[in-house]
Formats: sequence, C-alpha cells, structure tokens
Amino acid sequence: MTAIYLDNNATTRTDPSVVEAMLPYFSESFGNASSAHSFGASVGEAVKAARQQLQALLGAAHDHEIIYTSGGTESDNAAILSALEAMPDRNEIVTSKVEHPAILSLCEHLEKTGRAKVHFIGVDKLGQLDIEAYRAALSDKVAIVSLMWANNETGTIFPIEGLAELAKQHGALFHTDAVQAAGKTSIVLKDSAIDMLSLSGHKLHGPKGIGALYVKKGVRFKPLIRGGHQERARRGGTENVPAIIGLGKAAELALAHMAEEQGRVKEMRDRLEKAVLQRVPNCLVNGDRNDRLPNTLNLAFEYVESEAILLHLNRAGVAASSGSACTSGSMEPSHVLKAMEVPEAALHGAVRFSFSRDNQASDVDRVIETLPPIVEKLREMSPFWADAEKKTNDKPVFA
Amino acid sequence: MWDYSEKVKEHFFNPKNAGVLSTANAVGEVGALACGDALKLMLHIDPVTEIILDARFQAYGCGSAIASSSAVTELVIGKTLAQASAIGSRDIANHLGGLPVEKMHCAVMGYEALQSALAAFRGEARRFEHEEGALVCRCHGVDERVIEGAIREHQLTSVEQVTARTMAGSGCTTCYERIEDILVRVTAEALRIQEAAQIAAEAAAAQAKEPAPGTVTLLAARPRPAQPRAETPRPASAVAASSPLTPSSPLPPPSAGMTNLKKIRLIEETIEDLRVYLRKDGGDCELIDVDGSNVLVSLTGACVGCQMASVTVSGIQERLIAKLGIPMRVIPVGRNAHGL
Repeated sequence: MTAIYLDNNATTRTDPSVVEAMLPYFSESFGNASSAHSFGASVGEAVKAARQQLQALLGAAHDHEIIYTSGGTESDNAAILSALEAMPDRNEIVTSKVEHPAILSLCEHLEKTGRAKVHFIGVDKLGQLDIEAYRAALSDKVAIVSLMWANNETGTIFPIEGLAELAKQHGALFHTDAVQAAGKTSIVLKDSAIDMLSLSGHKLHGPKGIGALYVKKGVRFKPLIRGGHQERARRGGTENVPAIIGLGKAAELALAHMAEEQGRVKEMRDRLEKAVLQRVPNCLVNGDRNDRLPNTLNLAFEYVESEAILLHLNRAGVAASSGSACTSGSMEPSHVLKAMEVPEAALHGAVRFSFSRDNQASDVDRVIETLPPIVEKLREMSPFWADAEKKTNDKPVFA
Repeated sequence: MWDYSEKVKEHFFNPKNAGVLSTANAVGEVGALACGDALKLMLHIDPVTEIILDARFQAYGCGSAIASSSAVTELVIGKTLAQASAIGSRDIANHLGGLPVEKMHCAVMGYEALQSALAAFRGEARRFEHEEGALVCRCHGVDERVIEGAIREHQLTSVEQVTARTMAGSGCTTCYERIEDILVRVTAEALRIQEAAQIAAEAAAAQAKEPAPGTVTLLAARPRPAQPRAETPRPASAVAASSPLTPSSPLPPPSAGMTNLKKIRLIEETIEDLRVYLRKDGGDCELIDVDGSNVLVSLTGACVGCQMASVTVSGIQERLIAKLGIPMRVIPVGRNAHGL
C-alpha cells in the first residue's frame, strides 16, 4: 500500500531538483561565500543568484532586500525584535490571536517581561480578522504590526496589502508571516506597504533549516544574530550555502508551479471537501471558503477526537494532521479554532488535509473511501453521538 | 504521532467491551466534550457476591483514551468491589504496556470513571469534575485549586515543591510554566496580605507606644525601608516572590517584652535558616551585630555584586520582621558592604 501524504502545511517533500542543485555545494563548491579567493567567489555568486530567485518569487524591488535566516521562526523573531529596537519611542505590537506560535510565543514573552504591550486581535467564525478591533488598536504607539498572510491550520487568507496600508497610516512597521502563503499564492512586495515578510524553505519543497526575511529597502533593521558581516551585517554566521541554493531553486520551482497550485491542487482539495461533506454528517469546514489557500482543507468532525481519526488514517496509509504540526504534541485544542469559536462538539475533531503538487487524484479517492467509515466507527463508540444524532436529524447538514 | 506500545494500539484499533451495557447497575462518567475526552463506564455488579460480572464503555477522545477505557473493562471483569477499588491509574497504564507521559491523564480518566462507578453502586457521590480551563496537570489530573491550596497550606516556594506535594508537573512537564505562574500569583497575594498585616501591626505598635511630647523616636525618624508592592514592577519578581526569603507565616503581633538575648537568638536562627538557601546559590550572609532595630550583616560569595542583592536584603528583613514581629532594618556592612 502506497502511503499518501496530505500534511504539506507541516512540511513538503524536498523536490529532487532542489536536492540536485544543492549537492555540489556540499562537495565541489564547498568554499565559504565570504572568502575572497576563487573557492569562495563562485559560491558567493550562487548565493546571489538564489537571492534573485527569491526576489522573483516575492516580487521584491531589490535582491538585497532578502536576508537568509534559519527558517520562519527566526525570521518572525528577527522582524518583531528589530522593530522594537529600531523604534524606541513605540512599545506596542499589534498581532492576531491566530498567528503561528513563532509570533504568539514571542509576543506573550515580550508582554510578560514588560517589554511591549501587545494587542491580540480576534477573528470571526471564518478566521478573518476583526477589522474594527484592528483599526482601534492602531496608534502612534505601535512599533510593529505582525499579521500572517495565510493561516497554517485553516488556510484563511488575510487581506494583507490593505492591512499594511492601515498600519502605515499610523507610522507602524508592517510584518507578515508568509510561511504558508509563499509559493501558493501570488505575492508582489514592490510598491506594497509591507515592510517585512517571513518565509521558510521546507514549506515550498525546499530544504529544512533555511528561510528568509524580506526587509524593504529603507526600513531600519536591527539584527537578531550579530557576528560577522554576512548578509550585509544583518544576520551574522557563515551562510548555509547548500540550503540557500536549495531555497533559491525551490523558489524558482514554486513560481513555475503557482498556476498548478491554484488549479489542479485546488481541484483535488475541493473534490475531497465536497465528497466528505456529502458522506459524513455533522462535519464542518473551518476557514474562509472564499478566501483560502488553494491546498488547505480543515474539516471538523463533531463528537470524535482528531487524534483517533489520524491514527486510523495513518494505519490506512494516509498522513494528515490535527492542525499545526508545531502544536500537535499538545493536548489543548487549536488556538486558531478556539479564536474562531468553532462549536464545542467539533473543537477537538479537526483534521487538516494539505495538498501539494506531489499529490494525485487517486490520493483523494483513497481518503474518500477511507475516512467516512473511520468517523462512523469512532462515533458509534462515543458517549455523545447517539444523543447528537437524534438532535441533528432534524436540521440540515452543513454542505 | 505518539509513541504508543503495541498493546495500546491493539486496544485502540480493536477495543474490548465497547458499547452500551443494558444490564449495568453502576455507571461512572467523567470528562466532557469541552475537555476533549470523556468516558462512560458501565458495570454489572452482582449485589450479593459484589463481583463485577460485566463491563462496557463508551469513550470520546484520543487513541490512549480509548485504549485506557478498553483496558479498564478488561481489568475489572471478574474482580470484587474491593479488588476493583484498589486499581489505580498506574495499573491501567501498566496493563497497556505503558503510556507516553503526556497521555497519562487518559489512565487517570479510566481510574476516575471506575471510582465513580463504584461509588455510584455504593450509593455515594464521587465526582472528579474539573472546571473548564482549570485543569493544569493533565498527566495526573491536578487542577488549579489543588495547586493553590497546596501552596497556601504548605507555604510552597518552588515548582519542585508543588510537584512533590501534588504530583502536578511530574509527567510531561508542559504545565511547568503554568505552575510557576500560579506560584507567583499566590505568593504575591500572600505577600500583600502580610504587608497589610504588618502596616496594621506597626500602626498598633506606634499607638501603644505613643511618645511623650517632646521626645524623638529614632526609628520613626529614619526612612522606612522600601517594601516591594505587588503593583510595582521589580526585576525578577517571580524569583523574589517564590524565594525562601519570603516570610513563611503571617506576621505575628508585635512581641511585647522581648529580651535582647531572645531577640538576638531569633535573629541568629532566622539568618541561619536562610543561609542554607543562599549557599545553594553560591552566596552567604553572616550576622555581624545587632544595634537596636538595625541588623548588621555581611554578604559574601555570589551575593557580592549580585543584581539581586537588594532583594536578598529586603527578603531577610521581611523574614525577620515576620519572625520577631517588630520593625527591623537589615544593613549590609564590612568590606563587602553594599552601602545601603
């Protein structure tokens, strides 16, 4: 039985051509990119080329606006901490309740240690930002606004460009965590109000341990990691050259496959969504179905717990997730779904299917065949299902 | 994905005794939809022999919750009430070949459902409900109230002490930070109460010893030592609040008629008790002299130049005030003096 991987928001398979592009930089082209001799010079050129590939993916005006980091978490931390340091007369942060822990944990820590006042803006039932609360939180005390481009659990896309414009009206810096959006949806940073953007290599078929932070030309930036003069002294440490080359190649491929992501991948996702809703009662779709990443489907099954579903799915050869991979070790329900006020009966029963260009139509067929009996079996065992079934027979099924 | 034993997987994929038991005469229900796991355990107990003839369950939850529920039914069938009463969460976990520490709460749920069912059979009420959000340690089912109570009752000052008393935090340790927060909050509350009592005691003492017109009280003329207040941010307040330097009992009434000898002995005892903790951190504090209400001490080792030295001094001072019940001022002196 071939295993089916539908957890691409957690991580993606490194594309074989990415691996191929990286390999010479472990052996033949091993020079230090900062070295002046010929061993280093060619590597330095390759690192520059990768930067231009990222520039193209992000629609950035200049390649030097890209800083290589160790991944999304470092990029997020660097952006926020830089803003607080660069704007000492401002000590407030605006973010949302549905951010990735890379943002939330940092903001909670900054608040706890008295270094910043943080406004955690709520979302509606679709996961869309409460714009009125956002407007109300903005002021000339805000150093930085950090809002995710697309949610990792539900795929809901925030209207980032507009939100950035609002932040600029108050002189605040605007950062977006685009770790899930980059490569899946069109991004054009040139002429936008976005000051900083985070992305991660392994979410777009690149290697793990590499990411980038876009910092718009002219934005004051204070490094998180200080050391040598790498990255124009904006991020110290010898460059992780093979990973950088891999990231560049992954960015090039992501741009080339963008149409596929928004076409074939979206079709597979939508077919699964429709089929499950038809076959499984008491099932909800979490997220904004009109404004969502094309690859993400978050389904919540009432009166069953997601881990039990995932264990059965895994035995049937289907890998999915209960939400964010970073928090799947936690027993707490998803903070994203809690913020969206997902009904209690469904809060613990959310399963995320996330597709990529590696998936095939037959993968969807397998899930459609496998999932409904699993949910049915678990519900039969649930002490709540019999009562719920009686109640829900009288109301239309969400579809 | 959790690292489950083969036995857990077997009980999860092929649960034993799942379903409704129509002949049940003892039912135990724990958990809720909001908590993410729930178990309804149904037992058929022979009222004469008190032997559990049959057991079934309905469970909502993760893999180990279903496996633990299945295991409980296997463990209790054929047992007497007394034997079943002795089954603990560890027995359930052992029956499954162990559970990941993060999932021990599932075995606790099985135990609680069993105890509830047995209590119901005996006509007793036994509830294990935790308020939503109050459950702190899921591994051992310890909620906020239990932790708060233990901190207050035993004047606990560290997470390790809380763990030793309540078991909270001895499993997966993900609740460690939350326990720390509770510790800081409860200790700060206790400090506020002590401060209020101290102020009241000082006022009462001042009233009792109201000086004759024209006399000057030296102590009253000195500036009052700074007392940390909960609403005033101070560095490392968490450390300070949970420190052994924190007074361990409410402020006693001002001592009346205490001899100098008794006073010095009490001061010596108090400082000696605290030195144990300071030495653990590589520091030390030695009593040099007692001059009226001034207690002269010498700080050595890591305490010298420590950013927390002033917190240490005020901590000693608070402790002395609490112990002796009279206003005191601790002053570091000698070659290592900090020159308060």
